[in-house]
Amino acid sequence: MSIGVKVKVWGDYALFSRPEMKVERCTYDVMTPSAARGILEAIYWHPGMRWVIDRIYVMKPIAFTSVRRNEVKSKVSASNVLSAYNGAAKELSVSAKDEIVQRASLLLRDVEYIIDAHFEMTEKANETDNPGKFKDIIMRRLKRGECYHNPYFGCREFPVSFCLCEDEEIHTAYEVVEEKDLGFMLFDLDYSEPGDIRPMFFRAVMHRGVLDLRDCEVVR
Amino acid sequence: MGEVIKNRYEFVVLFDVENGNPNGDPDAGNMPRIDPESGYGLVTDVCLKRKIRNYVEMVKEGEEGYQIYIKENVPLNRSDKLAYKNLGIDEKKTKDLKKNDPNADGKIRDFMCSNFYDIRTFGAVMTTFVKAALNCGQVRGPVQLGFARSIDPIISQEIAITRVAITTEEDAAVKKNEMGRKSIVPYGLYRVEGYISANLARKVTGFSEDDLELLWEAIINMFEHDHSAARGKMAVRELIVFKHSKELGDCPSYRLFDAVEVKRKEEVVYPRKYQDYDVTVYEERIPDTVEVTRKN
Repeated sequence: MSIGVKVKVWGDYALFSRPEMKVERCTYDVMTPSAARGILEAIYWHPGMRWVIDRIYVMKPIAFTSVRRNEVKSKVSASNVLSAYNGAAKELSVSAKDEIVQRASLLLRDVEYIIDAHFEMTEKANETDNPGKFKDIIMRRLKRGECYHNPYFGCREFPVSFCLCEDEEIHTAYEVVEEKDLGFMLFDLDYSEPGDIRPMFFRAVMHRGVLDLRDCEVVR
Repeated sequence: MGEVIKNRYEFVVLFDVENGNPNGDPDAGNMPRIDPESGYGLVTDVCLKRKIRNYVEMVKEGEEGYQIYIKENVPLNRSDKLAYKNLGIDEKKTKDLKKNDPNADGKIRDFMCSNFYDIRTFGAVMTTFVKAALNCGQVRGPVQLGFARSIDPIISQEIAITRVAITTEEDAAVKKNEMGRKSIVPYGLYRVEGYISANLARKVTGFSEDDLELLWEAIINMFEHDHSAARGKMAVRELIVFKHSKELGDCPSYRLFDAVEVKRKEEVVYPRKYQDYDVTVYEERIPDTVEVTRKN
């Protein structure tokens, strides 16, 4: 059993990084299904359920801007932490002056989407879990604006405003465009093997501003 | 270290700059960041996080639990290192640690969170390159900031300056001074919005009530100890905090942000000071359960 929900999400900026251009990050033209899933999971998620994205409606024209920032290029190394944890007198911090790197990001500006999704139950659900219960929680959170943590468009500096979409008719920004081919896009990551997480791609074709993800062919 | 926060928060910060450059754009020769289409000034989230880190590092110098992971300068005095709390693990058994203790990754993560204020607040990416080895994961901190944007379009002014001291002998023989350039914003009032998730605080980083108070203090004072030739006069003018009554929150964040209106006074054509703006918080648009505090 599955229950669908439409969520309207909008914000000033978005950055859905293309994996092939992730050093100087470059965004996809539209939100990826995996980013949409992340937004919904920020609002509500439970091990007993799994979000499935059905459609993404592109409500505003696609527009870009770019920002270059000073970033650090190193990560916290677990082995250094471990030795400090065990009492070694080691400097753990990172010098932002030495580890500096300037990177540009190509961002999307002024975005709005409607995510049409449903959830499915998984075998991890407890005995007391049922779709009706989850649905009630989700609807309550969407109506009240509650969330686990504030959702974001790709990166945490681009916060998402969200609400339940109750519009009967949805008018996208590309209603007059019969078909727009966006090329191969990331569909999601396959987490089925924890040691070997793999990306999955799909051929994104936007029909009148709608990215339909039902029955789309996924390439691994 | 105090109790973990129990409420969701949102906050709005208004800060201004007078004859300075709040955040240079490396893409544009360090001129102030500007949205090229609208002319609004920008300050990135990471710029402001830097100021918060610097403030905390300064006031909590060396204090246990308030280390800063990403530092601007490597400390000159490397001798006064913090003695890390040994959590009772034998050093020789490090290799077996992962085998014997499936929660080792989590323990390392908690160790980092409890020692470093910035990791507890903003999170950090913590991984090793070795596959399937120790991995303390990516920590998402509870505090999330967006980009700051100016209320009105800003103009950036190029100021040519001279200096009389010449660097090289050859130049000194032929000229008396050298020209330099500075970019300034005559005046700009910026607004940034932030979010604090009590869930992430409770389940991941342990961001506490004390940490929260320190965050407010750091935001209010973030420019007070950051004066420089480039920055001009910068100050935080207003910190408006929305405290939800629950961990998950009482209403959507955009409703709270929309209730804060910042407007240039009608008679003012060229804003040059904070008093040229009116700040209104429409409390009637905010649910009663959300507590609004103006801290400044």
